[in-house]
Order: sequence, then C-alpha cells, then structure tokens
Amino acid sequence: MSGYASGIVAILCINLIFAYAIFVTAAAGQLNLGGAGFQAIGAYAAAWLSSSAHMPASVTIPLAILASALVGFLISFPVLRTRGVYMVLATFAFGQFVSGFLLRSPTFGGAIGMVVADYVGVGALIICAVLTTVLVFFLMASRLGLAIRSIHDDELVSTIMGVNVRAVQVAMFTLGGALAGLSGALYAHHFSFVEAQYFNSLLSIYVLLFVLIGGTQTAWGPLVGSLFFTLLPEVMRVGGSWRYVVFGVVIVLMMVLRPQGIVTRALVARLSPRNWWPASSNGAKRVADAG
Amino acid sequence: MPAEPILSLKQVTKRFGGLTVADQVSFDVPQGSRMALIGPNGAGKTTLFNLMSGVYPLNGGSIWLEGRQIDGLPSRQRIGAGLSRSFQNIRLMPHLSVIENVMLGQHAQASGLGDLMTPILWQRAGRWRQMAIERLEAAGIHVHPDAEVSSLPYGVRKKIEVVRALMSRPRLLMLDEPAAGLNPRETAELSAFLKDVAAAGVTLLVVEHDMSFVHDLCERTVVLNFGKLIYNGATRSVQDDAAVREAYLGSRRVAGDGGDRAA
Repeated sequence: MSGYASGIVAILCINLIFAYAIFVTAAAGQLNLGGAGFQAIGAYAAAWLSSSAHMPASVTIPLAILASALVGFLISFPVLRTRGVYMVLATFAFGQFVSGFLLRSPTFGGAIGMVVADYVGVGALIICAVLTTVLVFFLMASRLGLAIRSIHDDELVSTIMGVNVRAVQVAMFTLGGALAGLSGALYAHHFSFVEAQYFNSLLSIYVLLFVLIGGTQTAWGPLVGSLFFTLLPEVMRVGGSWRYVVFGVVIVLMMVLRPQGIVTRALVARLSPRNWWPASSNGAKRVADAG
Repeated sequence: MPAEPILSLKQVTKRFGGLTVADQVSFDVPQGSRMALIGPNGAGKTTLFNLMSGVYPLNGGSIWLEGRQIDGLPSRQRIGAGLSRSFQNIRLMPHLSVIENVMLGQHAQASGLGDLMTPILWQRAGRWRQMAIERLEAAGIHVHPDAEVSSLPYGVRKKIEVVRALMSRPRLLMLDEPAAGLNPRETAELSAFLKDVAAAGVTLLVVEHDMSFVHDLCERTVVLNFGKLIYNGATRSVQDDAAVREAYLGSRRVAGDGGDRAA
C-alpha cells in the first residue's frame, strides 16, 4: 500500500469508529456535538500513558477507552436532562471545554501537543474498525437495538412497552464515549502526535454530519457516511480549492433531498437478498401487493 | 360476575393546575370482563388511562391491579405487572417495520442481558419472530413483516397496535378508541377479534365513542363526565340512565336495541 493510500485507510478507520461512537447515541435520538471532546480524551489518555507512564499501546488503548467511557457515563446525566437543540449545545460546550482544558494544561503539553511513543500500524486500525462495525451491527440487530430505535421514535410509548429509556440512553452515551476514546487512542498511536487544536468543533460537526447524512436508522448509515465523507474530498482533489465549495453544495443538497440520510431501514429491506426472489416466500409477494 | 376484580380504582384524583380531570373516581374491573369506559370529549377517559399506565402520577387515591397497588410503580414496570394499552392516535414507531413494532411489544417478556443481546432481527426463524408472526396472522393481518408501517392503511395500523399491546401477554388490555376511524366491516372484525382475545382470558377495558361497538363487545360500562363517575353498570341499561342521557348520549331516546352512535 502506498503512503497516500495507507494514510487514507487509516483516517477512514478512525473516522468510521468515531462515527459509530456518535451513531449509537443518535440512533436513540440524542445528538452529540461534542464528539471531538470524547475523542480528545481517548487520544490524550493514550498519549500521556504512552509517553509519560511508558506503557505499551496494548495497555494504553484499553485504559483510554475506559477513561472516555467513564466521562461519557458521567456527562450523560446532566446532558440527558436537556432536549433537542439544548442537548446539542450542551454537548458542544463539553467538547469546547475539553479542548480548552487541554490547550491550557502543561501536563498534556498545552498548545505544543504531545509526542506519542508507541506506534500502531494501519493493520491494527483496520482490525479495530472491522470489530467496531461488527459490534454495532450486532447491537442494532438485538432486542436492545430495537429498544434504541424505538426510543428514537417515541420515548413515552417505549417506556409503556417496558423499555428503561433512561438506562438505555446512559448506556449509549457510555458506549459512545468508549468508541470515541478508541478512535482517539488509535489516532494518537498511529500519527504519533496529538495537539488540542486538532480536536476542534469542526471535527465534532464533521462526525455528526457523517452520521446524519449516512442515516441513523441502521448501522449501515455511519459506514456509508464516513466512506462518503472521507473519500469524496480525495476524489475531488482534482478541482483544487473549489472542492470545498462543491463539498458544501453536496451537503446542502443531501439535506434537502434526503433528510433521513442516505441509508434507511426501508432501503436496507428493499436491497436485502431475501427480497430478491419474490417467489421464494409468500411474504415477499405480499409486500408487492401492499405496494 | 366473579367477585375478584382485576383492576380497582379507589378515589383516584388528578388535577392539572386548577382543573380537576379525575375527581375521586372509584370502580372495579371484574376479572375476565369486557368493560367500556365512555363519556363526552374531555370527560377524562384518556387521562384515566394515562394514570393507570403511569404516564402521570396521581394527586390522590390508589390503583390496584390483581390486589397489588401499582400507582407507585414506574410506568415501564406496569406492563410487566400485566397491564398493556393502546393509544387514541396510532402510536406505532414510524421507523420500525411491522414485525419490529410487534416485537417491541415483547420487550417486557425479555428477561436479562441474554435476551436483550440476542440478535432477534437476524434470526429469521427465531422464536420471538415466529411468535410475532403468529399473532399477526391470528389477528387477520396479512402484510409483509418488513413492510413500513406508514405505508399501511389506517385500519391495519390500528390493528397492529392492538397486536403490539397483546405481545406482552397482558391480563388487562386497555384500548383507547380502537374502533375510531374504522369502517363497519373493520369494526365488526375488530369486535370479533377482541371477543377471541377476551375468551383467551384477557380482561378488556375499552374507551370508545361508537355505541354499537360498545353494545356488541362490552357487557359492562362506566361513564365519566367532567372527571366524575356517573354510571357503573350493565351496558344494556346505560341509555336508560337519566344522568348519562343528560351528559352524553343525548335526551333523545336511542332507537333500537343495538343503540346508536353517540354524538
């Protein structure tokens, strides 16, 4: 693999894990615009443990996941008291707080950043991205996944159906924190350097866009969204700086033409191999009748 | 009537600000009965359902299900206690398919982390999915399990909501205007289906405006007016009651034995 290609694959893997971190809360209806803050916690935990405590990546990465999961768990309680745009603002403020704190903290290198000792290659990144994808697909196929999606649609009815809405939301914030921490730790160990400026609000906005434009109804959404957003700017490189204009127009058009995201549950059902041969089951025939 | 009530409301009171929407309401729902809860718009019927299912806390009184006080129980635990309900306006999950909506109704039956983490949507022949499909077919709903609920006719969606409420194997099923918006044929089918459900041992409590449906399905009726209970007795004699006629059914004597649709 050329350096260029492996660089893109690495970023794609990190973005994919990061997108799933935001997806697991978005699937339950909670928008997290503080993604970069959670990723920064993972990245700096790994960087600090690696450089200052001289631990290997096999130890720093699990500890970084734990740290950001713990923060996700704790932050979920005040954040879940807010709704809609106020939740977006609360998580955004959290992200700003984390990057502001890191920028001013001498322990974490301040504006200079930190060099990360242990290196993790692109192969490990691919393995982590694949495992995360499988985990999230499995989660969304489970009864818990069904409860997550029903909370997204109607919290009151979910509660009456017996779903512990608050517990599921807290669990998803915790899992989201853990996955964002993993993506941050992998970033730190792969690029061998972290700086607070990287984990800015634009990063939080981008990752939320991956998820919303990919679609929050199925686990395919973040996969398609992060592929689309990581590869599209590369494909458009030929257009020079105009590519950012085109990119912006594409985002606006997507929002207008397909606000539910590229991949929806109905689309997955339609493309499912089970529905390719209508004669194979009487059920499939009926859907054609039902229109 | 059997002596043991499945549900007892004792002096149930609910106020929204200065407005008393349930004023010391007391009645029993006998085990195995098919009971109607009727009254004019704004009488507090849906509020009473919301109090029973735990959407709102009570301001006074108590609610008992099978001898157990449930008004302090969180809303999500009441379905496990044996009480399930539908909603006045269809509240199916718009982004879930037919089968997923019905399987959501099984949530209270799933126990522990093992059940929660079973990938039920991948198991095409799994027992949860099979149970849901059997229930749909028993209710006469012949649509593709993966169909989008929003694409289905109103009457079918209404029925799917009843099936979803039944998936938790409730002992008391509360239906909020199940026949509203259905055509006469669908109404008759629904009535027959609910009689089968009741015959299988489920007690029914039904809020409904369609009096011919109530006469056909329910042997007992309670009437609410301005949050107060004004009638509790046999459905066949509800229109003979002066207070009920005054408040709800109208002073005109309802013609025929089947009754008429109330205004």
